[in-house]
Amino acid sequence: MTTPAPQSDTDAAYAPVARRLLIPTWITIGILMVLPVALMAIYSFLTKEFRGGVIWDFTLDAYDQFFITRGLFGDEPAQIEWTYITIFWRSIWQAGLATILCLAIGFPTAWFIATRPAHTRGIWLFLITIPYWVNLLIRTVSLKFLIRDNGPLNESLMSIGLITDPLPLVNTNLAVQLGLFYSYLPFMVLPIYAAVERYNFTLSEAAADLYASRFATLREIVLPVVKPGIIAGCILVFVPSLGAFLAPDLLGGAKTFMIGSLIDEQFKGSQGNWPFGAAASMILMTLVMIVLLLYARAQTKGGAR
Amino acid sequence: MTAAVEIREAVKRYGSVTALHSISLTIADNEFFTLLGPSGCGKTTLLRMIAGFENVTSGEIRLFGDPIASLEPNHRPVNTVFQNYALFPHMTVLDNVAFGLKMKGHPPTERRSRAGQMLEMVHLSDFADRMPSQLSGGQQQRVALARALAPAPKVLLLDEPLSALDLKLRQAMRFELKQLQQDTGITFIFVTHDQEEALTMSDRIAVMSQGRIQQIGTAREIYEEPTNTFVADFIGETNLLQVEVDAIENGTATVTLPGGQRLTCPSASTTPGKHHLSIRPERITISDQADLTATDLTATDLTATDLTATDLTATDLTATDLTATVDRIVYLGTDLQLIAHLPGGQPISIRLQNAARVSLPSTGQTIGLHLEEGAARLLAD
Repeated sequence: MTTPAPQSDTDAAYAPVARRLLIPTWITIGILMVLPVALMAIYSFLTKEFRGGVIWDFTLDAYDQFFITRGLFGDEPAQIEWTYITIFWRSIWQAGLATILCLAIGFPTAWFIATRPAHTRGIWLFLITIPYWVNLLIRTVSLKFLIRDNGPLNESLMSIGLITDPLPLVNTNLAVQLGLFYSYLPFMVLPIYAAVERYNFTLSEAAADLYASRFATLREIVLPVVKPGIIAGCILVFVPSLGAFLAPDLLGGAKTFMIGSLIDEQFKGSQGNWPFGAAASMILMTLVMIVLLLYARAQTKGGAR
Repeated sequence: MTAAVEIREAVKRYGSVTALHSISLTIADNEFFTLLGPSGCGKTTLLRMIAGFENVTSGEIRLFGDPIASLEPNHRPVNTVFQNYALFPHMTVLDNVAFGLKMKGHPPTERRSRAGQMLEMVHLSDFADRMPSQLSGGQQQRVALARALAPAPKVLLLDEPLSALDLKLRQAMRFELKQLQQDTGITFIFVTHDQEEALTMSDRIAVMSQGRIQQIGTAREIYEEPTNTFVADFIGETNLLQVEVDAIENGTATVTLPGGQRLTCPSASTTPGKHHLSIRPERITISDQADLTATDLTATDLTATDLTATDLTATDLTATDLTATVDRIVYLGTDLQLIAHLPGGQPISIRLQNAARVSLPSTGQTIGLHLEEGAARLLAD
């Protein structure tokens, strides 16, 4: 006769309690996550009501509108509609650039903080998070004031004679970049910090001992070991950047229109088109899911090795 | 012949704290050299200075004649086995071992075969494709060893490599390490706080304390001829007795113990005055003092035949110059420990082999102590 291990005995005894304790979590996830997403999925297949809202008539019109055009009057042969795909492509591009920028600045920052003496690290992390006590909208508007034609940046550059005319920063891709970078930098710094803080610096010594130069140590040892932190940071920056609408709205112009703004518009006022907004959201979500799945797969592969 | 490592007046300071006070040391090629000392004595700092992880505040380090003190670690032809192995967690065992060769620019096929040989040497060929996290502590230890030996360093530095292993494995690894050193002919510099490790493996040992080298010598020398109280006390077990040196004549000192008992012992260069005397517990034999009292030595009890040379030689009677009272007898298995005190009150410990002895002194009994030739050593400080 075999007796079960005491560990599983205890687990079994606590299982009903654990299940009951999880009920609030399940309810929260159900109401705040599953239900809205399901609603969006359903709405994306409904017919639009002219002053916002939906008619309960199932159709693929919203997706059709997103991907296919039949000319201005709908009587031409079906062609691929590039307008929205371009917006999506631009969003991916912008979000990707913002991620790279955040990584370029965030990695050294995180490294710096993680290598300070333990008792001062908290202060540095605190400093990083201070700007985030202010609402994102206000921060983005302040950034706009900072970089506008007669803002402090241009004024000071002109006063020291570096430039004669103000740099046209507002309403450019660069401004959107800056806005995204500024909004999401801590999301890059914090996970990388966590990874670097756990990094065993003896590994760098071992690499140097085995004839690795500083650069080779970074490439061969440090980056691979802290990679999970870097990937987590990249996802945390890329995903919200992709759907961001504050920075593109406030700092960008018509040429910098991004998915976030497109979706935002569909649910605002009488110009809106709820099914189309829902469809765009679903497409965006699918994109994000693909990115996350790729990440998850990379993670499990790393773990299995 | 050029020394493998020569350290000249190396000093290490951290701000106002001096970690190493002017260390000078010569380590011969092919030598198994151990830096032994308690934690914080500076032994690891010294090793890290040779490896290049710590700068030298002043002084010089030469490797086969070449000054290396200003070189970066990756330019020094020495390799290190780290205390917690520091294996690269994202690489297979084989890639770990081949890493040094890769960084030196050896072609992939060559480094793979060399790494394979190294793994064979440490009996881990079957584990080449595993990740370090899938290995036991002892196996990781051997991977670290193979990794450090793969680039064929001129000197191998080992920073307490066995301290994380359990006792059985540690003892087995001692012999493996020693064997490996003899087979490869590489100079090993081994850091440990474990004197048993140091004594069993080393050709020579430097005993360190408080940033200074206290004594350098073979295991036998530092055990049997300690030069100062630190070494005598740190290595093995000893009885340190405070004595007064009365006179020194022809290298023999006459000393007085606080209780008034007198002893003679060899003395190298000690001046008269207060000093410490070291007596190893296992170098003391005991005689039953009760047998030697005047009342016992009556004609009726001790006939001339009893007093034969085998039982009581003249040297026994003269050398049994200490008496002590037994406080406690501790049974240690192979040994018995007698804890006694001298007439002056100082405790003294005596180790006896647990042989088939007829009788043991009982607690409170006064016994005679016989010191073996050279057992009592007068220490410099």
